[in-house]
Amino acid sequence: MNFFRYSSPSTFYPLAGKLIPWFGWSALLLAIVGLWIGFGLAPTDFQQGEAYRIIFIHVASAWMSMFIYVVMAFWSALALGFNTRLSGMMAQALAPTGALMTFIALWTGALWGRPTWGTYWAWDARMTSELILLFLYFGVIALRNAIDDDRRADRACGVLALVGVVNIPIIYFSVQWWNTLHQGSSVSMVAAPKMAAIMLAGMLVMAIAVWFYSIAVVLMRVRCIILERERGVAWTGQLTEPGTI
Amino acid sequence: MISEPTAATFQATAPASDSGAWAGVRWALARDLRLALRSRAELGVQLLFYVIVVSLFPLASTPERNQLALMGPGVLWVAALLASLLSLPRLFASDYADGTLEQIALSPYPLPALVSGKMIAHWLTTGLPVVILAPVLGLQYGIDGEAMAALAAALLIGTPILSLLGAIGAALTLGLRGGGSLLALLVLPLCVPVLIFGAGTVDAVHAGLGVTANLSLLGAGLLVAIVGAPLAASAAVRIALD
Amino acid sequence: MSEFLAMGGYGFYVWGAYGVTALAIMAELIALRARRVNAVEAHAEASRR
Repeated sequence: MNFFRYSSPSTFYPLAGKLIPWFGWSALLLAIVGLWIGFGLAPTDFQQGEAYRIIFIHVASAWMSMFIYVVMAFWSALALGFNTRLSGMMAQALAPTGALMTFIALWTGALWGRPTWGTYWAWDARMTSELILLFLYFGVIALRNAIDDDRRADRACGVLALVGVVNIPIIYFSVQWWNTLHQGSSVSMVAAPKMAAIMLAGMLVMAIAVWFYSIAVVLMRVRCIILERERGVAWTGQLTEPGTI
Repeated sequence: MISEPTAATFQATAPASDSGAWAGVRWALARDLRLALRSRAELGVQLLFYVIVVSLFPLASTPERNQLALMGPGVLWVAALLASLLSLPRLFASDYADGTLEQIALSPYPLPALVSGKMIAHWLTTGLPVVILAPVLGLQYGIDGEAMAALAAALLIGTPILSLLGAIGAALTLGLRGGGSLLALLVLPLCVPVLIFGAGTVDAVHAGLGVTANLSLLGAGLLVAIVGAPLAASAAVRIALD
Repeated sequence: MSEFLAMGGYGFYVWGAYGVTALAIMAELIALRARRVNAVEAHAEASRR
């Protein structure tokens, strides 16, 4: 199968259109299953009571927030390296969803933190790095909005995304560095290693659900972007017929 | 309009054979320093800004010694970052506005070398004065002795990183509306790890942990920035010029 | 049911977390729908000319 066939906006548009319902409905189904596991099957936590059930959405969104950034950096590298329009459009489409996932991770993390560790917010490595990630997303989005020329925006945001991605491992490993620097820090927001298998299952199902949701939403957005940026190009005339998504 | 060295001038000053990287760094550094020293008042204002910001915090929050000692390192670092941000928009903007930047980009010198020269000049005019002033200002916060030395060392390693990262932001936002605030939005998240580990050196001293870990991390960051930032910034300059 | 809502006393936190998540997702989908409509309209107009 020749994937490069889909590397132009004109061929990718209908492909994305076909994929969206698949990922969207799967995401919904998986979310239902995941939440059923998380709320119905998983037992009450001995220490944290029912409050721990937040992790089923918190961990999934946190993983996705970092994953989306890396994917965005990947498409940015392609855009800069091969000068392809679609790569730039994909990077553009990923940023808002990444920011949303980061916000959800922060919000749910705060609400998990309050009953569990007594505070909505702690400047520990995890929460701080998630906050930095949110600002990184905002930066990419703001830069995109500030530049009128689409191609310049693709490349400028590409450079910014790639510079920011260097930050990700720094942020990620700062958790370990923090603990070595501050030995005796008693609060560790890293989830307990020994987790009941059923809780882990719930988390994994939710993680995939959130992943599929992100894919569906990003594909929807990139189709909008294709319409916006390819305006006036001949092939797009057929796209907006009734019956297409 | 001050007549600045343009393409014609550096054709004259640069020996034809010596268009290597180091020559480029030297050329850009010398030029930017010359330009900066012409407006000495501006440099003075930047330093004054730093002093005022640092002095504002005890006034606004509390004069109590213990609490000041706690927030001191953070304040000094944040103020250093703000001082750096203040002068960043000008790094490329004036050259961009009169077309000199385009000439510079077309020169025989490699663009990353020229950009490095500018970054060094920025640090010398903004970062280094901060490093020198900070210990003095730190006394306001009751930071002295070993903590002071640790803070100065951290600032010495960290402020160049701020200049390096800031230049990337300055290049990316060339000619854009929203200028300075957009630049700050782009640069601040990148600089947060520097702030955290930089200010953390003083905490480490107080906790008796020693500064090696923090300073090593900062040092590693500086090395990565020295290698990567000129490349990223010159890519951004080319993107802005196209 | 009320036990489910109460979540062992932690109802505020659990439903606060999931509730805002649901709102955020709905907001994203609504915004996308609006963007889609605008894009299609603007595009149709541009093609007509």
